[in-house]
Amino acid sequence: MEEFAALVDALVYTRSRNEKLRLIAEYLRTTPDPDRGWALAAMTDGLSFPAVKASTIRNLMMERVDPVLWVLSRDFVGDTAETASLLWPEPQADVTPPPSVTEAVDALASMTRVSVMAELPKLLDRLDATGRYALIKLSTGGMRIGVSARLAKTAFAQAFGVAVEDVEEYWHGLQPPYAPLFAWAADGAPPPDSGDVPLFRPFMLAHPLDDVVVDLEDYVAEWKWDGIRVQLVHAGGETRLYSRTGDDISGSFPEMAEALTFPAVLDGELLVRGSHQGGAAGGAASFNALQQRLGRKTVSARMLSEYPAFVRLYDVLIIEGEDLRELPWHARRARLEALMPRLPSERFDISAVVEARHFEHLAEIRSGARDEAIEGLMLKRRDSPYVAGRRTGLWYKWKRDPLLVDCVLMYAQRGNGKRSSFYSDYTFGCWDGDPDTGAELLPVGKAYFGFTDEELKQIDRYVRNHTVNRFGPVRETDRSLVFEVAFDSVHASKRHKSGLAMRFPRISRIRWDKPAEEADRVDALRALIRD
Amino acid sequence: MARHSSAMPADFSWIRAEPHGIHLAPADCWIDPARPVGRALVTHGHGDHARGGHGETIATPATLAIMELRYQTREGAAPVEYGQTIRLPGGVAATFIPAGHVLGSAQILLEHAGERVIVTGDYKRRADPTCPPFEVTPCDVFITEATFGLPVFCHPPVAQEVAKLTKALSDHPDRCVLVGAYALGKAQRLIAELRAAGHHAPIYLHGAMERMCRLYEDFGVGLGELRLVADHSKDDLRSTIVVCPPGALNDRWSRRLPDPITAMASGWMRVRQRARQRNVELPLVISDHADWGELTRTIEEVNPAETWITHGREEALLRWCQLHQRRARALALVGYEDEDD
Repeated sequence: MEEFAALVDALVYTRSRNEKLRLIAEYLRTTPDPDRGWALAAMTDGLSFPAVKASTIRNLMMERVDPVLWVLSRDFVGDTAETASLLWPEPQADVTPPPSVTEAVDALASMTRVSVMAELPKLLDRLDATGRYALIKLSTGGMRIGVSARLAKTAFAQAFGVAVEDVEEYWHGLQPPYAPLFAWAADGAPPPDSGDVPLFRPFMLAHPLDDVVVDLEDYVAEWKWDGIRVQLVHAGGETRLYSRTGDDISGSFPEMAEALTFPAVLDGELLVRGSHQGGAAGGAASFNALQQRLGRKTVSARMLSEYPAFVRLYDVLIIEGEDLRELPWHARRARLEALMPRLPSERFDISAVVEARHFEHLAEIRSGARDEAIEGLMLKRRDSPYVAGRRTGLWYKWKRDPLLVDCVLMYAQRGNGKRSSFYSDYTFGCWDGDPDTGAELLPVGKAYFGFTDEELKQIDRYVRNHTVNRFGPVRETDRSLVFEVAFDSVHASKRHKSGLAMRFPRISRIRWDKPAEEADRVDALRALIRD
Repeated sequence: MARHSSAMPADFSWIRAEPHGIHLAPADCWIDPARPVGRALVTHGHGDHARGGHGETIATPATLAIMELRYQTREGAAPVEYGQTIRLPGGVAATFIPAGHVLGSAQILLEHAGERVIVTGDYKRRADPTCPPFEVTPCDVFITEATFGLPVFCHPPVAQEVAKLTKALSDHPDRCVLVGAYALGKAQRLIAELRAAGHHAPIYLHGAMERMCRLYEDFGVGLGELRLVADHSKDDLRSTIVVCPPGALNDRWSRRLPDPITAMASGWMRVRQRARQRNVELPLVISDHADWGELTRTIEEVNPAETWITHGREEALLRWCQLHQRRARALALVGYEDEDD
């Protein structure tokens, strides 16, 4: 555990990607099995210990330190694991040496909601503050140490001189501590057998187009639909639906899991039927409707009939055991079109190609996309294979321009992690009438990005100097600062007092110059609802 | 628990906390005022406590020298030695007592009508080769700082942090270790601690550090051989320790250094995210302020009838006083900055 704790600590303080890769690769090379496998799982969010929650840590601390001092400390530090690691009372008596990662994982896995209160302290007592930090991070999940799963896999590939694409592919069929993966990469054993398992394949992703202009001879355009990107995999008689991050969401969409009945891997956009996107014929509902279906463990018959899901297909990766990923886009597209008659039409359609004469014509079509409530356009190189990740020049996303509204900062909350101690999460509002005749501000949204580090410091200072009320980590400001807020769309919502919810709001500009009375009214936002 | 005999029901109305400093009404005199006043008592030389422009400034000789360095004038300077008591108008007596914070730093004991009040300014209880140690002095009201007034703050032994620094140096012979340290106090203490740990090689300074280091040496604090970065090439600086103000750590200035390992010496480095916010790779938890254990132990040892808490995390220290049945209140003073510790 000490080596792992030292690695976690070093990663926290390391900025350079190459140095992070070197640190992880070094650890993976020099640490024995199965410790390194568990450590890798911890770094890639592959571990889950249901008995240990953030609230467990809080409750353990409440038994050991005064609750008020705990809250003040947690608020200052901005991280529960770190606060607990620092406040944990050093054990008085001689203690057993620190556990190995494997011993810690075994102990954590055997804990129940009840036993955890007695068992977790025994582990914490055997560690110093650095070790306690690593253990709590590992046990509560979500290390947040600046290491993405992709970075960890790249480090794995680097440690053993194997291809990262292979690592990605084999990874998904395996469980921690990934013994067959290490045997393959470190000891030259045959690759792990994926066999007849419906495995996730890493998605091909797009770069923003920004200022690039492409030739439509080389690139094809498709609509970018406002749903969630999914992969449907059928193998060994089973179908699974995976999200962008590789999470299995089949349980929330049983109708989709039943709809693919032959071996294939398909890439598309998960949507709900409606008339919101692309008109009434074969249309899709807004993202808001899809949201009703997300994250549900059980799905009622009413849900299924009110919000019927379907997938608008973009691509085909594998069909009946034949891997098509090396083929150019146009060849895969032809295979996909040929495949459509085999798929039930109420559950599948194909994302149409957008016909444009030239780039400028396409730009015109895109600027009309607002009314269609489409996210924008995708541009795909016609001769490109399907490659995992974001490869420059192959796929571009060309989002429509965001909507803008001027709002007034109402509340600010201290951030977590890197932004602990900074007021970095903002709630802003618009006027519910004419501010000159006594209108009030109604909160319309929250945003916590879109500004630079320097601007964050300025807003933080502003918040501290314009506070009129404090509620724990939240400050109410005197409502004098205007933000220009950018967002992708706005929807009716019963959850908010203003009756609307913005999608993907971010701070686009800070209007230090603009008087608060000149901010927009809620009516202006309401007029943009297209539900 | 025994309390000082003259405790209740005195009201200490002769000493008041105003937003811009502590005011002694009978003497019409301020302690560490945030703006120019007629007569000021100054605890130590840090800019947020020792502002310029007062008619008369009463402080230790070292503090006055530090202020002269900053404000280029000795006008109104009234030196007072440690242990010396001076009489102020209105029957107020003031005694300067070592606070162990930086060179010249003092607690100020104020006596009036049989009541004793101590203003600590900033202080610490750990040994510091650059200044005399904090002296525990009995009083009725103890006005304490609370910069690190949260139980998460526990400064490790300084030797352990210095060892981290020298290890980083020997592990990376082609690089230098660039340490951000507050130009008054922290920098000189760090250098003195390095010398005590047997590091006798020249230490390189950012230009802004030079005069203050020389002032320390004038007051008898030996710092060994110091050189200016500006006089040396990148190659000269490999395998050396370079000390700069925290603000220069991520500045263009540091580009002249050979692949520096960025370190910072500060009590805030105890919290990972604070180190990350400053792009620090090698956090050194070295502070010139009392940590939580020192703050609470000092209140117990001084054992005042009342504790008043000034700048820092006053809520937590207030809570601790409540939990230990000690009378306490927080003073709302403005203008003290603690971010660079």
